[in-house]
Amino acid sequence: MIAGLTTLLACQLAGELLARAFGLPVPGPVVGMVLLFAALMLRRRPVPAGLNTTADGLLANLGLLFVPAGVGVVLYLPLLAREGPAIALAVVGGTLLTIAATGRLAQALLRRFG
Amino acid sequence: MSDLAQIWVYLAREPLAALTVTLVAWLIALRVADAARWHPVANPTLISVVLLSLLLLGGGIAYRDYFSGAQFVHFLLGPATVALAVPLYRQWQDVRRSAVAVVASVVGGGALAAASGIAIAWAMGATPQVIATLAPRSVTTPVAMGIAERLGGLPSLTAVVVISSGILGAAVGPLVLDLARVRDWRARGLAMGTAAHGVGTARALRVNETAGAFAGLAMALNALATALFLPLIWRLVVGLSR
Repeated sequence: MIAGLTTLLACQLAGELLARAFGLPVPGPVVGMVLLFAALMLRRRPVPAGLNTTADGLLANLGLLFVPAGVGVVLYLPLLAREGPAIALAVVGGTLLTIAATGRLAQALLRRFG
Repeated sequence: MSDLAQIWVYLAREPLAALTVTLVAWLIALRVADAARWHPVANPTLISVVLLSLLLLGGGIAYRDYFSGAQFVHFLLGPATVALAVPLYRQWQDVRRSAVAVVASVVGGGALAAASGIAIAWAMGATPQVIATLAPRSVTTPVAMGIAERLGGLPSLTAVVVISSGILGAAVGPLVLDLARVRDWRARGLAMGTAAHGVGTARALRVNETAGAFAGLAMALNALATALFLPLIWRLVVGLSR
């Protein structure tokens, strides 16, 4: 498990360094994800057991990791009371429309191009 | 009485309390979701946020004090994002075969996500600051905060809006996809990852490994595309409207 966590942290660190050094518009963890994926592809073998376990453990609880930032909603209750309807409609309408349209588009394209 | 005050000072300063209540709230949320047979609306992230917000508001606890402890959970978002490479690698054969569909639907969906949020907020008469906050709504939190800052929005409100969008997408998205008769697990994953980033991916991963891998990939691609193009398009549109 520690070996897996070390791999993840090392990729994130390398990603942060690359993102900063080259002023990339994407944050370190996303660059780290690309790096880890590239490393796995170059290795051309199944994912190491430790990394597999750690990744599955983290991803099984991915929803938990958004909770501390989500609780930040308490800071914005006054602003939400003022601009609430616009924000709520943009969030609800925009998200549901995007899900339906992306799903339909993806399904149609997958049928066409495999 | 002074003993109690000292205990309170200790609890407020150490991360232990905030960390423990966060995990307890999550375990309660998992119980509730399990009791609801993992119906998407019983989203554990939503339940945890509601429970903890009520606790903070009811107990008069400052968010900053709570976050100084809960940040240890928040920190794991980084390694978890990196970890999305693992299901992607395991599903690579499937993903490679559908590269055209993946890129086209994620870029199209990401553009629609930004445009629809901007259009609705603008039509409702929101301030430019709020519109800029809403524009990167569908992108994973750290990227969205960076984009919002560049557009002149409020990064910390962006985090809240992004997570709300994610929760909503995870909770209602599967029902919308059923209604739209999207049955392909790959397409369902792409839609969830594009519109609802990590929270949607968490839901997709729980239901189906293929959907999860495609959702994680869509989240990363959408973050990349939106971070590259949204600030450019924004500057163009704002420049033209002046």
